Amino acid sequence: MEAHRELIRIEGVTKRFGHLVAVDTVSTTIRENEFFALLGPSGCGKTTLLRLLAGFEAPDAGRLLLDGRDLVGMRPYRRPLNMMFQSYALFPHMTVFDNIAYGLRQERTGRDEIERRVNEVLALVQLGGFGRRRPHQLSGGERQRVALARALVKRPQVLLLDEPLAALDRKLRVEMQLELKRLQHTVGITFLIVTHDQEEALVMADRVAVMDRGRILQVASPDELYEAPGSRFVASFIGESNIFAGRLRIAGDAVTLVGERGTWHVAPAAPGHAGLADGAAAAIVVRPERLRLAPAGARASLEDPGAGGGLVNRVDGVLSDVAYLGSTRKYVVELRDGTRALARVQVGQRGDDLAPGTPVGATWAVEHGVLIADETASPASPGA
Amino acid sequence: MSRLARRLVLLGPGLGWWLVFLALPLMVVLAYSFFRRGTYGGVVFDFTLDNYVRALDPLYLGVLGFSLRIAVITTAVALLIGYPAAYFIATRPRRWRTPLLVLIILPFWTSFLIRTYAWMVLLNREGLINRPLLALGIIDEPLPLLYNEFAIVIGLVYGYLPLMILPLYAAIERLNPELREAATNLGARPIKVFFTVTVPLTLTGIAAGCIFVFVPSLGNFIVPDLLGGGRSIMVGNLIQSQFLKARDWPFGATLALALITLMMVLLVVQARIINRDRPVSADAG
Repeated sequence: MEAHRELIRIEGVTKRFGHLVAVDTVSTTIRENEFFALLGPSGCGKTTLLRLLAGFEAPDAGRLLLDGRDLVGMRPYRRPLNMMFQSYALFPHMTVFDNIAYGLRQERTGRDEIERRVNEVLALVQLGGFGRRRPHQLSGGERQRVALARALVKRPQVLLLDEPLAALDRKLRVEMQLELKRLQHTVGITFLIVTHDQEEALVMADRVAVMDRGRILQVASPDELYEAPGSRFVASFIGESNIFAGRLRIAGDAVTLVGERGTWHVAPAAPGHAGLADGAAAAIVVRPERLRLAPAGARASLEDPGAGGGLVNRVDGVLSDVAYLGSTRKYVVELRDGTRALARVQVGQRGDDLAPGTPVGATWAVEHGVLIADETASPASPGA
Repeated sequence: MSRLARRLVLLGPGLGWWLVFLALPLMVVLAYSFFRRGTYGGVVFDFTLDNYVRALDPLYLGVLGFSLRIAVITTAVALLIGYPAAYFIATRPRRWRTPLLVLIILPFWTSFLIRTYAWMVLLNREGLINRPLLALGIIDEPLPLLYNEFAIVIGLVYGYLPLMILPLYAAIERLNPELREAATNLGARPIKVFFTVTVPLTLTGIAAGCIFVFVPSLGNFIVPDLLGGGRSIMVGNLIQSQFLKARDWPFGATLALALITLMMVLLVVQARIINRDRPVSADAG
């Protein structure tokens, strides 16, 4: 994706329902032709944000701009954004053809033109010949594609998708993830998807906004989110992670994190380090595949974690469980303080020969530990 | 217990009630319609078709026509008032819906007769509507509100409106609100959304509400008696007077059967219309 111009600008948008702040001063921008995902647990405000854009709700504060035009004053039926609903919301009293043609008929498109465009979009979603069926005669996957076709046929500037794959079974869901991505390239429309499924967001989206409790915590590409999470929430929500919490100690060039479980080196260039001061509550995030395991006595392997040969951090514990996952094996290490660490090792690689009950040392190269602010730590009890 | 026995136990009370209080009396009515009236009332068991011939007299057909007209107007007015009310209630936050529905049903807790009398007080020449209007000089003559078709329709609509609102409410409330949003999102204005999505998908409720209002309106005799002032007689009044005043039970029975037959025909027609197009409940997933 080249650098595209900005299409949607969300500026300080807040939406309250009674006492509940569903969307809390959210600001972000979405670029043209982008596949953008709003990711978060249920109740985080992602669907509300989508509904604000569609015009089903009005914001209490802030601005929503599409292509420079203010959406807030615009009637929902005039907005050039079409939405695919989680329930699909197909009209049960109309055929597939009439469902898809509904939007075109609202703008007085000619009969031949409607016929042509409906058939075109039916072919696009691979439902050619389904036009005369009723929604209740279709399978879940077929309904999903009709809903998609209905939202696409008007060629909106933005397609809003609210949990579009949630109602499908797992196999179909995985297929449709790639299908949606292919479709987005074909039609060249900006896709804004809402999902609670991190895998879905990572697979499909160019950029992901992680939301929690009405706020956007981080907007980044999938690999950046995974490799450099900006907060403890993002680190634990996206993928699996080992989180070592403590207080940051900065003494000249030597930066360490002092926690109850030990003291760890922090890479000088660790992202986020700049924003944190000496004594700040912080945590180091280590992804399971970055953790190396070795029997507790094997000092040699601990000195050399692989490439680089730089500083290494270490925690000790006892291997408690091993799970086979196909190409990798997941090792669960019971640490001395009772918490757990996860390591993922390629099957057959070094470290993949340990049996449960073995005392082990888990190590990671300093540059593989990502320093983040620990927003969950309470300021009153340092080191907790 | 066999399946048959279990079914009989479950069906028993309902079936018994139906037999004793509906089927048997209807048979009696049917039988009476073929007999002759005695000189001083009562029934002479003497087979005849005279009652049916008499029922086809233009005089009585006219009464039936007038009753149909009143029932149709009543149903239409009740639908026009009831649909917005039901829509309003069904789209309120959940916690408001039950209290609002209770308010709709509340008048049912008083006697129908008393409520109809209340309308006489309101619509009277000296009533609560005419007096203030006269006093304020808005009108010079009292408005002729009582003892006419208008008064009958008012009384019937008032009496049966809850029967319209309840099934409509049930139908609208069941409608997935995302369907309306989807239509809006696809560019339909509110009025278009209403007529292309909401109305077609609540047809079952509309039909049920219309039947619930139409049927009792057609046979009602209290409202035309009290508010119609006897000038405008409906088929219900006619039947009542045959039984209680003219003491011509066989002819009353014939008229009652004619009314029941007419209603049954209308119900079948209604059922046909509904069954022709019911995609919502046909959905098996």
